[in-house]
Amino acid sequence: MTVTPLTTTPDVTPVQLSAAAVAKKRLSSPWASLAAIVIAVLWTLPTFGLLLSSFRPELAIKRTGWWTFFTDPEVTLDNYRAVFDSETGISLGTYFVNSLMICIPSVLIPLSLAALAAYAFAWVNFRGKNILFIAVFALQIVPLQVTLIPLLTIFGKVGIAGTFWPLWLAHTTFALPLAIYLLHNFMREIPSGLIEAARVDGAGHVAIFFKVMLPLLAPALAAFGIFQFLWVWNDLLVALVFAGGGDAVAPITLQLANITGTRGTAWHLLASGTFVSIIVPVTVFLLLQRYFVRGLLAGSVKG
Amino acid sequence: MLSALLLFAAVLGVILFLASRVRGKRSDTMIGWLYLLPVVLLLAVGLVYPGLRTVYDSFFDAQGVSFIGADNYKAIFTDGDLLSVLGNTVVWVLIVPLAATAIGLVYAILVDKSRFESFAKALVFLPMAISMVAAGVIWKFMYEYRPDQATVKQIGLINQIIVWLGGEPVQLLITDTLKLNTLLLIVVFIWIQAGFAMTILSAAIKAIPDEIVEAARLDGVNPWQMFVRITLPSVRTSVVVVLTTLAIGTLKVFDVVRTMTGGNFRTSVIANEFYSQLIRADNQGLAAALAVVLFVLVIPIIVYNIRQVRQEA
Repeated sequence: MTVTPLTTTPDVTPVQLSAAAVAKKRLSSPWASLAAIVIAVLWTLPTFGLLLSSFRPELAIKRTGWWTFFTDPEVTLDNYRAVFDSETGISLGTYFVNSLMICIPSVLIPLSLAALAAYAFAWVNFRGKNILFIAVFALQIVPLQVTLIPLLTIFGKVGIAGTFWPLWLAHTTFALPLAIYLLHNFMREIPSGLIEAARVDGAGHVAIFFKVMLPLLAPALAAFGIFQFLWVWNDLLVALVFAGGGDAVAPITLQLANITGTRGTAWHLLASGTFVSIIVPVTVFLLLQRYFVRGLLAGSVKG
Repeated sequence: MLSALLLFAAVLGVILFLASRVRGKRSDTMIGWLYLLPVVLLLAVGLVYPGLRTVYDSFFDAQGVSFIGADNYKAIFTDGDLLSVLGNTVVWVLIVPLAATAIGLVYAILVDKSRFESFAKALVFLPMAISMVAAGVIWKFMYEYRPDQATVKQIGLINQIIVWLGGEPVQLLITDTLKLNTLLLIVVFIWIQAGFAMTILSAAIKAIPDEIVEAARLDGVNPWQMFVRITLPSVRTSVVVVLTTLAIGTLKVFDVVRTMTGGNFRTSVIANEFYSQLIRADNQGLAAALAVVLFVLVIPIIVYNIRQVRQEA
């Protein structure tokens, strides 16, 4: 923005203000700031309360509110020890590993398949392409729930029920329509001159895909990959339906939901268990926030 | 895990190898289909067939054996408990998108260009990164109830506030008077989703051209006029997208209800009832019918959403 203010009155700030900032500034600033702080506190307090509780001794959690910590501070790591201990029957460590086992293929496989398919849709000319693309696009409207019952039967018949395979396959399939659509949109924006130049140099579709597309696609792949990772890590429904029977493949969300159901009052275990399950997604979020937001803004919203 | 990744790598390897061998006039067609082969297979087996099959199943009885026509659908729209499930879903879809969008928009405006903008945004955005199960536990703790006794104090903040204000503690998640418990679950979902609304709307606000804002300022508009005449019209499309996206997400809400009440105390919603019927009640036909109802409800919202996005593009 290079337009200089037309007035010379001193109240014109040198910083360019957006519409929102103007609205806020004139909306009697102290009230606006207060409202912002109130919202921020309301949004943070619930998590903070449970986090603080996860470090308080069992008896203290059960008898007094976490806010008494400030007058009577007591800290322990026993709760965290307890959720990893096999004696309590919770052994979160196992489920933590299961979550990783589920997540890694469930992110890598759909991402590569979608990239390949998106490339075909964007830059390969073949008959039936448009109809097929519309079909894939339209599949985004199919809600998960509609597919679960038949898939349960299929996985049973094929004999892979109770293994990780149903989870990998389901998460992969559910991710594809949106991933293909977003990556396709991204690839279409790459100037065709780049591809033609590669063509002239004698590159085929395999070489173009790897040497031209993939490097340019990295930010989009990262954005969608993070999104898919968080979605799979935080999933409960798919896990309940396909891994509900066996602890051997159940992810950490499932175990946490189980503790909530069976030991709804064991707040010392629930609090620490919750934060163990949160560590990975929150770390991913904090480190890669920029990509996560970019994925959101690209319309990568799954539900 | 390794086996899956190796198998997958082998499949990709074969496809790419074949693609690099294809020569001649029709090579593009061959390569196109080759690249799409695994995707088409997975989608056909994993989405298209199951979708159609569920529609078919929804006309069968609990075990999926005998054909019972539209009885499952009749049950959904006449049975008292199931009607309450539908009613709850309506309440969810009416409140969550509007409230989350409003909060997200207000907050985006309030923190815009402030010194702590990114930190302030992260605070509201964080609930989106954690699972709904974890969010459920966090809020169950907020709502926790203790009978009023001398030795045991309230450990849930909401009830403590009620006590501080001189009231009696309430069994918040069990009380369904005026749908209190359903509304409290809705609060949790708004808490999760407001960050999404804020992120999208904040980006839209920042995209408003400075010239327009400057011109409006020179015209001497007051903040309210600025909001109604400049900010809101400029971000209208984004607001519609956020509202519809949240509505779709809300229709499918499951984890929050399941974690916090299990759908008991008249708090169940369609997506949760689907799971309860499928796994707990073992009523496959009714579960399928519920899934189809969900599908039918989602379609118009998605179509509207896509049209809005297309118009903008």
